[in-house]
Amino acid sequence: MPKNGSSDHDRNAADQRWQSAYEENLPGDAQRENRSGIPIKPLYTPDDWDSESYMPDLGFPGEEPWTRGIYPTMHRGRAWSQRQLVGLATPEQYNARMRKIVAAGANALSVIPCNSVYRGYDMDEVDPVLLGTCGTTINTVDDLDTCLDGVPIDTTSIALNDPSPFTLLAFLLATANRRGISWDKVSGTSNQSDFISHFVANHMFFRLALSGARRVFVDHVAFANEHVPKWNPVSVVGQHMQQAGATPAEAMAFTLSTAIQFADDCIARGMDPDKFLPRFTFFFDISISFFEEIAKLRAGRRIWARIARDRLGAKDMHSHRFKFHAQTSGLDLTRQQPLNNIARVTAQAIAGIFGGLQSMHTDAYDEVLSTPTEEAAKIAVATQNILRDEAHLDDVIDPLAGSFYVETLTNDMEEQILAVMDKVEAAGGMFEAVRTGLVQRMIGESAAKFQAKVDGGEQAIVGVNKYQDDSEIPPRALDRPSADVMQRHIDNLKRFKSERSNEAVAKALDNLARASEDESDNIFGRIVEAVEAGATNGEVCGRLRDELGFGQPLIAA
Amino acid sequence: MSATNSATDDGSTTAASVDLQGLLGRPARVMVTKIGLDGHDRGSRLVAGFLRDAGMEVIYTAPWQAIETVVNQAMEEDVDAIGISSLATDHLLVPKLMEAMRAAKLDDVVVIVGGIVPENDANDLREAGVAEIFHPGSSRDEIVTRIAALISENRGR
Repeated sequence: MPKNGSSDHDRNAADQRWQSAYEENLPGDAQRENRSGIPIKPLYTPDDWDSESYMPDLGFPGEEPWTRGIYPTMHRGRAWSQRQLVGLATPEQYNARMRKIVAAGANALSVIPCNSVYRGYDMDEVDPVLLGTCGTTINTVDDLDTCLDGVPIDTTSIALNDPSPFTLLAFLLATANRRGISWDKVSGTSNQSDFISHFVANHMFFRLALSGARRVFVDHVAFANEHVPKWNPVSVVGQHMQQAGATPAEAMAFTLSTAIQFADDCIARGMDPDKFLPRFTFFFDISISFFEEIAKLRAGRRIWARIARDRLGAKDMHSHRFKFHAQTSGLDLTRQQPLNNIARVTAQAIAGIFGGLQSMHTDAYDEVLSTPTEEAAKIAVATQNILRDEAHLDDVIDPLAGSFYVETLTNDMEEQILAVMDKVEAAGGMFEAVRTGLVQRMIGESAAKFQAKVDGGEQAIVGVNKYQDDSEIPPRALDRPSADVMQRHIDNLKRFKSERSNEAVAKALDNLARASEDESDNIFGRIVEAVEAGATNGEVCGRLRDELGFGQPLIAA
Repeated sequence: MSATNSATDDGSTTAASVDLQGLLGRPARVMVTKIGLDGHDRGSRLVAGFLRDAGMEVIYTAPWQAIETVVNQAMEEDVDAIGISSLATDHLLVPKLMEAMRAAKLDDVVVIVGGIVPENDANDLREAGVAEIFHPGSSRDEIVTRIAALISENRGR
C-alpha cells in the first residue's frame, strides 16, 4: 500500500480516538501476558508490524526465511500425517491392530513399547503387574518381527519410540535381514533419540548416564547416515520440557539449543552437516495458548533455518527445513468434566495446523483418567479429519500471516526464544546447561509460576478453578492385559533364551562392552550384532549401564 | 474471577495460610518418591516444593525406587508420611508397598498417592490402606492442608 503523509495522519488520528475510547470504556484494564511472559495488547496495528516487512520477515513457503512453511505446497500437497500412539500389551495383539491399520491404507506406523522396555528391563526382571499396561512388551528381535508380521517394512515408514541405546532400531534392522530386505529401503524415525530432553524432563526414557548417552547418540546418527540412509535418527524433543513446565518460548529455545548441541557433536566427529541435518526432525507440544503456540512454531522455523545455514554451515536447503511432529498438550486436559477436553484438543490442534506442522497426534479426551479407551481414541482421530475435511484448514498455506498481531507476536516470541538460547550458550551450551541443572531450574521456576497462577485463579481452568460443578467424574478401570496372555508371552521369552546360543550372545555383549571403551568403534553397530546373536533389550541395556553408567536425573529439585 | 476450590476466605492461596506449626508442633517429615518404572516427575517435584514451602521436612528421591528401598528409607528417616507419585500405572504396586510397610511395622506412617489413578483402582488403594489420593487438578492448599491434617490425626492416635 502506498504511504503518504495524509493517510499516516488519518491513521494516527484514528489511533488516538480509539485509544481514548478504549480507556474510557474500560478504565484500569489489567495488563495481560501470555505463558511466555510477553505482554499482550488489546489491539495490533501497522505500528506494530507492517507489510513493508513482508519479504524479510515472511517471504514465500518453501524458501527463506521459511516462516510460512518448509514446503512450497504445505498441507495442500500433503496433509499432515496422523500418527496416533498405539500401545497394546503383546506383539501378537499389536500386530493384529497393525494389520487392520495397514489394510486401511496406512503407510506410517508407530511402535510404542511398555514402560519396562523403556527402562531397559526384560519381562522376567520386573513386577508382572506392570507388564503391558502402557504399551507393547518387546524384548527380542522375535518380538519386533511378530509386531511387524505382514507389514511391508520396505515401503512403510516406522516411527519407533526408541530411546538410547536404540535397541528397537537394532531389532528392526535384524528383522529386515531376516526378511532379505536391504537397509537402504528401511525408513522411519527414532522418536525418542533426544537423551538431553530425557535427562531434563522425561526420565522414563533416560537409560544411560549423560556422557555415555552422548557417545551412543553420535554413534547411532553416524551408523544410520551410513547404512540406513532413509532413517531419521534424530528427533529433537521440546514436548517433554514444555510438559514439565517450560514456557512455550523456553521449550522452543531449549529444543533449538539441543539441536545445536547434537549438530556440534556430530561435526566434532567429522560428519558433514549437509548429510546429517536433512535427517533431523523435531517434536513439540501444543498447549491451548492458541496464538502463542502458532507464533512459537513460526518463529522456531525461522530461527532453525538461520542456525543451520549460518552457524552450522549447511548449504543444502534440505538441511534448513524445520520438519516437526506435534502433540496436543495433555497438561491442559482436566479430569473434571472430561468431555470438555475434546474442545481443548480441537483448539490445540488448530494452533498446530496453523503453525505448519508435518505430523500430529491429538490426545484422547480421557487420557487424564486412564490410558485412552478406543472410543476416545477414535474421537481424537476424527477431530483431525473434521478440521481438515470439513473446516478446510488445509486450504490456505500459513493463513494467519500478515495479521498485525500474529506477526508481532512471532517477532516477540523469536526475541524471547533467542534470549533464552543466549543463556544456554553462556552456560557453555545445552549439554553443560543441563549437566549443571540450569535448564532444570528454569523449568522448575516456570512450572511453579504457572501453578501459582492456576491456584490463584489468575489462569482459569474450566471445571477446575472456574465454572466447577458437582458432576461425578466417570469411574474408569485400567485396561489391563489378561494374566494368561502375559504369561504366554513371558514363556516365549524363556523359550527364546533357551533356543539361542548363549555363547554367541555373551561374545557379542563382550564386544559391545569393548566398543564402549574404544572411541574408534561404533557402539550402535555392536548392538545390531548383539541382537542378531539373540541378545535381549534388557541384556543390551544392562550391559551398557554397567559400562557407561545408569541414567539418573539430577535430584536437586 | 471465581474463587478457587480451596482458597481461604481472604482469597489468599499461599501455603502460609495453613497454620502448620500450630497444627503439628514439630515439623512433619514427608518422603516424596516414585516406585516402579515411570520417570515423569513434574508432579513429585512440584508437590515436594509445596510441602517444603509449607515448612515440612521433605525427603525427595529419584524415581524408580524399589519397594524395599522406600520402606528402609522411611524407617531410617523416621517419616510421618510417604507420598507416592504415579503417572503411568505404577500405582498398581502400591498394595505391595502397603504390605511391606505392615511387615516392617510401619503402620503409623501415612501413605498418600498422587497422580493418574483410575477411580476403580483408587478404591482398591484405599482398601489397601492408602490414606488419601490426589488426582490431577488438586490445588496446593488442598494437598498441604490435607497432608498436615492426616499427620496430625495420626500423631494424636
